[in-house]
Amino acid sequence: MSTLKRTPLYAKHAAAGARFVDFGGWEMPVQYQGIAAEHHAVRTGVGLFDVSHMGQIDVQGPDALAAVNALITNDLNAIKDGQALYTCLCREDGGILDDLVVYRFSTARIFICCNAGNRAKVAGWFASHLGADGSGLIVADQSDTFALLAVQGPKAVDLVAGLTAGADARSIGRYHFAEGTVAGIPTLISRTGYTGEDGFELYVPADQAEAAWDALFAADPSLVPIGLGARDTLRLEMKFALYGNDIDEGTTPLEAGLAWVTKLAKPDFIGKAALLAQREAGVPRRLVAVRLDGKAIARHGYPVVDAEGSPIGVVTSGAPSPSLGYPIAMAYVPDGQHAVGSTVSIQVRNRVETGTIVKSPFYVHPAPI
Amino acid sequence: MSYPEQLRYTAEHEWARLEADGTISVGITAHAQDALGDVVFLELPDVGTALTAGQVFGVVESVKAVSDLYAPLAGTVVATNDPLAATPEILNSDPYEAGWMLRIEPSDPAAYGQLMDAAAYAALVASTAG
Repeated sequence: MSTLKRTPLYAKHAAAGARFVDFGGWEMPVQYQGIAAEHHAVRTGVGLFDVSHMGQIDVQGPDALAAVNALITNDLNAIKDGQALYTCLCREDGGILDDLVVYRFSTARIFICCNAGNRAKVAGWFASHLGADGSGLIVADQSDTFALLAVQGPKAVDLVAGLTAGADARSIGRYHFAEGTVAGIPTLISRTGYTGEDGFELYVPADQAEAAWDALFAADPSLVPIGLGARDTLRLEMKFALYGNDIDEGTTPLEAGLAWVTKLAKPDFIGKAALLAQREAGVPRRLVAVRLDGKAIARHGYPVVDAEGSPIGVVTSGAPSPSLGYPIAMAYVPDGQHAVGSTVSIQVRNRVETGTIVKSPFYVHPAPI
Repeated sequence: MSYPEQLRYTAEHEWARLEADGTISVGITAHAQDALGDVVFLELPDVGTALTAGQVFGVVESVKAVSDLYAPLAGTVVATNDPLAATPEILNSDPYEAGWMLRIEPSDPAAYGQLMDAAAYAALVASTAG
């Protein structure tokens, strides 16, 4: 029966008492000690996530930057070598194929991290659009080459900096990266994450993932392993989109509140014409942050309804917020009904629950003491 | 995971307990709360609600999942544990005592004896573990 893929750290998760779940065809840890405790550990201390299921694609060759830039919505010319950016990858019709973090090593080398469930699709998209026609570009799916560890939380920088050589981890700026070693292991050290906390994502050779895992725990006994359950509540508190939940090929970046990574002034990219047309015609719906007024939880797929109870939108993510103590959700609502402070009605099983559209992120980290 | 001998159990992971007054207390098992994880929301029926055996009487939600609650036997709800709705995390720490959900006046008192005993329930959990 089981054809689920496992990361190089599966045995470490099992030994740490993980409960596993099928996530996009991967047998991944959903929790260890419990979602709430893991969530708080990342907000107040430091947590370690295995996100090795995510995909990596390396594009090398003359004008790699220009070629990748013609596919993504954000603009690689707006950053320098050694910086990364968050972007959407769109179809011609503006539907989101995936959301990515793209690393600019140089104009001749761009490294891409994509979602686990989209690995084959995205790798195929890049391979078919780049390097097919004597461009001299080499597009390599390196997903199985790398394991990816995310170290996140207020104590993450101290932990990683203490193990790093060949680079000064503390001086790596937000959305910057450097190459060095962590615990002696060659690592792409990226000051990025999906939690709203400071920290790093560490790309290490897959066959040294266990050594990296062990070295991180040995260096800080307060380090806590974090499952996908807390990863979800942490990102939801920041209103970070989750592909397959909040965004997919049927949504556009403009609908999803991702206009900030959609540079319509850029010369050209796949999907630009459709997105310009949508902006011209009016974006029909908006992804908003909703605070539920009661205690009921609005979950993925629950309808947003009007006064007559007819569906006018849909909840895309929802959970009780461990940091805030009340239920929060992301939902698509019709354009014009998306202002902060507006009331939304959500069908929760046999009842209609109300919520209020709030500013995002839901959770704002307290100022450092 | 403990399954007290004096209780009866269902395949939907509820427990039932025969009280001195003939009513049946109902809750979820230690296995159920463990599978759910941190419980954050509970919805119970009104006192006076008539239930058939196997009918959905409420909802329990954890951070990650929503799960229906099923009546172990037919009867009328005569009491609910209302403070539990405000502190549903008690279901994780004390599922069998403070975590009782409701009391049912059974329409057929013999139905209680037909529920699984602790050994049968433990065997069921063991056979579906994995």
